[in-house]
Amino acid sequence: MNQASAYPWREAGATPFISIKNVTKRFGNFTAVDDISLDIYKGELFGLLGGSGCGKTTLLRMLAGFETPTTGSISIDGADMTDVPPYERPVNMMFQSYALFPHMSVEKNIAYGLKRDGVKGAEVKERVADMLSMVELGDFGKRKPRQLSGGQRQRVALARALVKRPKVLLLDEPLAALDKRLREQTQFELMNIQDRTGVTFVVVTHDQEEAMTLSTRIAVMDAGKFMQIGEPADIYENPATRYIANFIGSANLIPVTVIDRQQDKLRLQHESSDTVFEAISDQPAAVGDNTTLALRPEKILIDKSPLPDCDNNVQGTVKEIAYLGKISTYRVVTAFGETLEVTAPNQVRTSGAGHRIEWDDQVYLGWSSYSAILLSS
Amino acid sequence: MKAGRSRFLLGMLCFGFAFLYVPIILMMIYSFNYSKLVPVWGGFSTRWYSELFQSEEVWNATMLSLKIALLNATFATMLGTLAGIALARIHKFRGRTLFTGMISAPLVMPEVITGLSLLLLFITLNQTIGWPAERGITTITIAHITFSMAFVAIIIQSRLAGTGQDLEEAALDLGAKPFRVLWDITLPQLAPGMVAGWLLAFTLSLDDLVIASFVSGPGATTLPMLIYSRIRLGLRPDINALATIIILAVTISVLIAGWIMLRQQRQMQQREI
Repeated sequence: MNQASAYPWREAGATPFISIKNVTKRFGNFTAVDDISLDIYKGELFGLLGGSGCGKTTLLRMLAGFETPTTGSISIDGADMTDVPPYERPVNMMFQSYALFPHMSVEKNIAYGLKRDGVKGAEVKERVADMLSMVELGDFGKRKPRQLSGGQRQRVALARALVKRPKVLLLDEPLAALDKRLREQTQFELMNIQDRTGVTFVVVTHDQEEAMTLSTRIAVMDAGKFMQIGEPADIYENPATRYIANFIGSANLIPVTVIDRQQDKLRLQHESSDTVFEAISDQPAAVGDNTTLALRPEKILIDKSPLPDCDNNVQGTVKEIAYLGKISTYRVVTAFGETLEVTAPNQVRTSGAGHRIEWDDQVYLGWSSYSAILLSS
Repeated sequence: MKAGRSRFLLGMLCFGFAFLYVPIILMMIYSFNYSKLVPVWGGFSTRWYSELFQSEEVWNATMLSLKIALLNATFATMLGTLAGIALARIHKFRGRTLFTGMISAPLVMPEVITGLSLLLLFITLNQTIGWPAERGITTITIAHITFSMAFVAIIIQSRLAGTGQDLEEAALDLGAKPFRVLWDITLPQLAPGMVAGWLLAFTLSLDDLVIASFVSGPGATTLPMLIYSRIRLGLRPDINALATIIILAVTISVLIAGWIMLRQQRQMQQREI
């Protein structure tokens, strides 16, 4: 791949590969996709993330051509695709159910798309064999789909969708049907294959962890609209709204009022006590505004002795501990009334000598003013 | 207490089955009766079977019924399959509701009405365009197709409604045009349903008496019509023999249809796993 940049979306004036402009899709009175615009660049592995019924699958089906937008337009590689039927689009899809043809062997499944394009026999054979070896199913060509395991079917579906060398590959919940261990392994395989083929991937998923690991960029959808579009780290560290702060990872949300502002240094007072927090943010919040402070559980330090290095310090009592092996999650009732969730690595092995934090212990919580996120509205 | 109840239930079950099947079994036994008087047992014999096969009248009626049943099953399967696909797969077209209603109307229409209205249609057609010139095999076949294609359409529709559209969409996505998808994906999926529909249409046609009586003309007597007219002249043992053969034929085809449906269901279940 000869790409100008690994992050084309960061550059002004880069040419988008897929361009979705003001697309709306209505089914009767129900608006599944509500006036959205999105640019996806060549070679991206773009994640569409959202709960069920948020419109992500409808958007994917419009890219594939199974649905036509009620209004708006979609173009791929410069060509308008809005009214092009699915069988004439340079796009292939991997279905959530895999949709392998049950009456055809694995080879015939993969060869089906090539034959529809009029590719000749010898070349079909070669390309099918290439695909089978890419997904490590070289010996399974003659089998029927029902004789394969779930993971093998998933790879056949991937091979069938990639064999035509589409410009864009659409993946609908590609890993949902696999068990946890296989899912993790397949994630890396998918990224690997995407890297080697250079095909632009658009992945629909409801699993935020999956979206985070796979994607170059993520669009979070809710009720037919994009809530936020950005790189995974960007969305995690700078969620725009309460919805995203809660949907991507977990967050402690503290209602606060701005009482002082010096450029980006803010002083915030807790809504129902006189506790004051410090935060650094470029959000346009003025003195007197009510807003929400979001704190990721892993960004809060927890200790049995005071934490003098932190510019925010509160005291509290441990009410619950969830032990997860390498980390533990604590629910701490703070002196100012809110319950905060805190995760910390388990660095001490034994509970002896009073090092480890136990139930009902008095603890100190602390965080840097850079760690707190001020949410807009 | 518990034993008493289960004995009662078993008794009711036996009574129910006896009510359904004893007459048929009796008839089958009496088809091997030597005596000319139906209710009097005169010893075991296959004489009525051989007499049956020597009767040209019975032979002709059987051949006519089989011919009609074959033609009917084939055409009804073709038309019914197309109608079923339209019902299950094309969600929006002009007059869809009307079409749905009209497909299922023959299922609930009294046979007498269907027969009478078809007879009127054929007479009117004959008077206006001169076709059909005479009533017989053609008119009976057409009449049978009109009602048995409804059964096929329902079978196909339920078959398709049970499966998602993923396979067809996958084929479209891979570059197959809609007609190609129908041929490569939809029809192979439907094959077992079509076989079952064919067998059902075949048996429906084979045992129809009412509609055939209405639309038949002189010289065209189907097997059920022949049996009925003979019964009216009095019970004769050779009819028992004929009925036994028909029951065997119907049982075999129903078993085949059931076996095909069961096999496909198993395959679908395997796909789910």
